[in-house]
Amino acid sequence: MVPTKDKEKILTAIFWLLALIIVGILFSLIAYIAVRGLPGLSMDFILQAPSRAGKEGGISTTILGTLYLTAVALFLAVPLGVAAAIYLEEYARPDSKFAWLVNLTAETLAGIPSIIFGLFGFVFFVIFLGLGWSIISGALTLAFMVLPTITRTAQEAILSVPREYRENSLALGAGKWQTVCRVVIPPALPGIITGIILSIGRAVGETAAIILTAGSSLNMPLSLSDSTRTMSVHLYLLAMEGVSMERAFSTAFLIIILIIIINYLANLSLKRLAVNN
Amino acid sequence: MNPKIKIKTSDISVFYKDFQALHGINMDIQEHKVTALIGPSGCGKSTFLRSINRLNELIAGTVIRGQIYIDASPVYCKEMDVVALRKQVGMVFQKPSVFPMSIYENVAYGPRIHGIKNREQLDEIVENSLKAANLWGEVGERLNAPAAGLSGGQQQRLVIARVLAVEPQVILMDEPASALDPISTARLEELIGELKKNYTIVIVTHNMQQAARISDYTGFFLNGELVEFSATNELFVNPRDQRTEDYITGRFG
Repeated sequence: MVPTKDKEKILTAIFWLLALIIVGILFSLIAYIAVRGLPGLSMDFILQAPSRAGKEGGISTTILGTLYLTAVALFLAVPLGVAAAIYLEEYARPDSKFAWLVNLTAETLAGIPSIIFGLFGFVFFVIFLGLGWSIISGALTLAFMVLPTITRTAQEAILSVPREYRENSLALGAGKWQTVCRVVIPPALPGIITGIILSIGRAVGETAAIILTAGSSLNMPLSLSDSTRTMSVHLYLLAMEGVSMERAFSTAFLIIILIIIINYLANLSLKRLAVNN
Repeated sequence: MNPKIKIKTSDISVFYKDFQALHGINMDIQEHKVTALIGPSGCGKSTFLRSINRLNELIAGTVIRGQIYIDASPVYCKEMDVVALRKQVGMVFQKPSVFPMSIYENVAYGPRIHGIKNREQLDEIVENSLKAANLWGEVGERLNAPAAGLSGGQQQRLVIARVLAVEPQVILMDEPASALDPISTARLEELIGELKKNYTIVIVTHNMQQAARISDYTGFFLNGELVEFSATNELFVNPRDQRTEDYITGRFG
């Protein structure tokens, strides 16, 4: 019989080791990308437009393409997703068939591989609606893709707001919409933002769906109808078409930096919100 | 001075789907008095309370029959504006539930949703409401602190201040002291005694001593029926119904 105290020690050691392995994997991954990517990194790489299919120049247009596409996709998906979550949690009756259908759809959409969204976007936006390979086709496809994530996380966040807030607000004579705006959404905001961060990560990392809908033009993206190439697509093409492994790693490193910056900014806004509450 | 009837309920029955929670309650609640509702858990006293400000309607599948009159005007009719009703009839819940905002914003919440924007006017309402709830002395210096930092007893008084800020005539209290320690409870009871000068109070309580201490009238509910309703002294000293006697002497409940 091992004494309880020793058991605790052994278990603690095992969990500590498991945590260390996770941290180790993450760090070795980032370290490897940094070692291979850093030598090719310079201000010119960030600020110059690519030339000769990415063999020369920088990746500035792909950075802009990534930001442009992600921003438009979120601009479309966030209001819709949050509104759907508010409807499902606050307005729909629990026995509503329609709410049941929306929930089922969101759940199913969340599990569909991105290439299928890409195929749909290609057939529907690019060809049927005639939008061509463009930022708008890509953003609409990405918006469809992240919509379930935004809706589900917003639903969870709204659900976790205590029922008492709503009761108290209504009992003070507030209307339903006033109650939602003033005592339900503010405490749910951190959760809603978490969903948005996850969506940004998915959008920035997506390749398959974007090649099919936004194309892979290296030109500076200006209007919504321009084709563009995101950093992830660029990375994929650099590596797959044997253009330059070194440049692929430099691009990968910048993607990681971009994600870290986005997460940091999102966390900062979360803290601001927490202070205001 | 003739006692004025503030709330009159006429044959109120409440159904939750197949379950009948209240069986035809008739009750006359007097103005500027404290009316206590006692009875074992699930006897319908909270349901009764929530039918006065139409909060029962929030639960899907609730059907209400009968009528309630406040100042002789019916509560259950098409013309009734629920917002106006709830402005007139405030409610304090069992668990003190402050909103995740500052002390000031909690109290200003009601006036703001009813359209008051003027800062000076809001300042005045907040100060008066906190004073009326006996909380001004403790929080007057830190109105911008988060309300969640207050103790349970202070939070419950803040909730009362928040209710007072919309200037109701009736205050419904659903076991307001059940989550409080004895000292906070004593302060709350003292406050209720002061508030009845200006408000009509209906309070649900599990605690019979509390009902006896603070109320003028007491109603005893059992299985969705109002078994007995009379002046508090009379009900506790000289109950007419055997079931009331059994309950207040602790034979069940």
